[in-house]
Amino acid sequence: MLSKEIRNHFPILDQEINGHPLVYLDSAATSQKPQQVIDALTKYYSEDNSNVHRGVHSLGNRATEGYENAREKVREFINAKSTQEVIFMRGATTGLNTVAQSYGRANVGEGDEIVITYMEHHSNIIPWQQLAKEKGAVLKYIDLEEDGTLSLDKVRETVTDRTKIVSVMYVSNVLGTMNPIKEITEIAHANGAIMVVDGAQAAPHLKLDVQKLDCDFLAFSGHKMCGPTGIGVLYGKKDLLNQMEPIEFGGEMIDFVGLYDSTWKELPWKFEGGTPIIAGAIGLGAAIDFLREVGLDKIERHEHELAGLAMEKMSEIEGLKIYGPVDPKKRAGIVTFNLEGVHPHDLATVLDMNGIAVRAGHHCAQPLMKWLDVSATARASFYLYNTEDDVDRLVEGLRMAKEYFQ
Amino acid sequence: MMSTNKLDQLYRSVIMDHYKNPRNKGVLTDNNVTIDMNNPTCGDVIHLTLQVEDGIVQDAKFEGEGCSISMASASMMTQLIKGKNTEDAVKYAHLFSDMMLGKDVDDSVDLGDIEALSGVAKFPARIKCATLAWKAMEKGVGEEADS
Repeated sequence: MLSKEIRNHFPILDQEINGHPLVYLDSAATSQKPQQVIDALTKYYSEDNSNVHRGVHSLGNRATEGYENAREKVREFINAKSTQEVIFMRGATTGLNTVAQSYGRANVGEGDEIVITYMEHHSNIIPWQQLAKEKGAVLKYIDLEEDGTLSLDKVRETVTDRTKIVSVMYVSNVLGTMNPIKEITEIAHANGAIMVVDGAQAAPHLKLDVQKLDCDFLAFSGHKMCGPTGIGVLYGKKDLLNQMEPIEFGGEMIDFVGLYDSTWKELPWKFEGGTPIIAGAIGLGAAIDFLREVGLDKIERHEHELAGLAMEKMSEIEGLKIYGPVDPKKRAGIVTFNLEGVHPHDLATVLDMNGIAVRAGHHCAQPLMKWLDVSATARASFYLYNTEDDVDRLVEGLRMAKEYFQ
Repeated sequence: MMSTNKLDQLYRSVIMDHYKNPRNKGVLTDNNVTIDMNNPTCGDVIHLTLQVEDGIVQDAKFEGEGCSISMASASMMTQLIKGKNTEDAVKYAHLFSDMMLGKDVDDSVDLGDIEALSGVAKFPARIKCATLAWKAMEKGVGEEADS
C-alpha cells in the first residue's frame, strides 16, 4: 500500500465533518486535489493569465506555452502518437457527445448498429440513443455475466457487420469491473466498426495506452484524476479526426473566415472552439505530473488492496450485499453495496454524521440499476489518499447504521 | 465513539414508526386520481392513488420505493389528507414545503405526525426525499380539480 503521507498533499482532507475527521470515499464522483494542482491554478491566474494562440505579448506566449505543454503531458500519459490526437474538452461527457455528433452523424445510417453494454454511464448511453433515433439506427446492448463482467463471447454475438460503432466503458463506475478493451476493440475492428472508450473511471486508476488498446476514441475527465473540474480530453486517431467536422464553431478553431464560407485550423485546435479551458488544462497537466510522481502502477495496486480489504471486512456484516466481481483484481477501487433494512440514502446520512462521505443513488447508470434489480445502491470509492483506517471507519459506520435501523 | 444524537434529530421515533409500519400502503381500486412521481437524482419512486369525491379526499394509498424519510413522509401525508377537502390538502402541501425550507409555520395548525419531519430541514440533501409524496399529492389534487 501507498504511504499515509500522500494524504498530506490534499489539504481538503485535513478537516472535521460533523465532529469527525473526514473520510472521503466518493472519488469515483470526483477526486480531491493535491496542493500542487491548486498551486498550478493559482500561479496561472496570478502570473500568466492571458488568451492563447492570439497575443503577440509575453503573457500570451506564457499562457500558450502552458496550455500546449499540458497537451504534451496528456499525450505522454495516454501514449498517443501525436499531440494532434489530444483534444481538450469539458469532460468525458462532452468527448463522447462529440464523437456521436460528428463521427456518428456522418457515418451511421438507417439500419446500422451501435453497440454498448448494460453497465454504461448515462453519458455513454444517451449520445448513442439520440444518434440512433435520428438516423433510424439500432442501439444494441451487450448483456452482462452474473458477476457483472463482460464475456467476449457475448461481445462477438452482439457485434455484427452492420455495427458501425462499439462504445464501452473501461472501468465501471458502479461495479468496478475492468473491461477487456483491447479484445473488444479487436472484435469491433474485425467487423469494420470503430471502438469508442469511456475512460472516465480508468484514467485516474490505471496506466492508459491508446496505441496498445488500438481504440479509435477515448474520452476522460480531469476532475476524477486529481485535476480541476471543467477539463477533459478526447483522444482520437488522427485519420478519423481529420475526416470529422467540428461541432462548435468560432474562436480558437478558426483558420480563415469569409462572408459565406470559412475554414478550420488543423488538429487538434479544429475541435477547440471558443477560448479554450486554459487554466483547466494547466491544472490537468499538474495532476498528471503528480500521478506520475506517485506512479500509476502503485496507485492501481493500492486501490486493489484497499478494495479487497474493504470487501473482506464488509462481507462480515450480515445482510450486506456487494455488487460486481468478487475477485478484487478484476475491479478498480470501487465497492457498491446495499445493507439489508437500510436504504442507501439513510446509510449515506448516517455515515455523513460520522464524517464519512459515500455516494448513494443510481450513479447515473439507471439501466444497470434495472439489471441489478435495485432502485439505488451505496458506493464507496477509494483513491490513492485513502488508507486502511478509512476502511475501518467505513465498516464501523456500517455496523452502526445497521444497529440504528434495526 | 460515534454518537447518534444528531441522527436522532432526523430520525425521530414517529418517523421510524411510519417507515416500519406504513399507513395506507397499497393501491386503491376505486380511485379516480393516479400519480406516479420519481426523484431523478436518487431513484425514489411513488405511486399514489386517491379517491376524490365532492372536493373531499375520501381515501388515499401509496406504493413506493425509497428511503425512510420519503416513505414515512408518504405514510404521514396520506394519513393527514384523508377526509380533508382538496383546498386544505393543498394548503398542507404548501405548509409542509415551508417547513422543509426551515420557515416558521403557523402554530395554530395541527400538524400531527408531520411535525416530526421538521428536522429534515437541517439536512439539505434529504429535503427532496421528504417532499416527493407531497408534490405527487398536490399534482394529483390539482389535476382532479381541473378535470
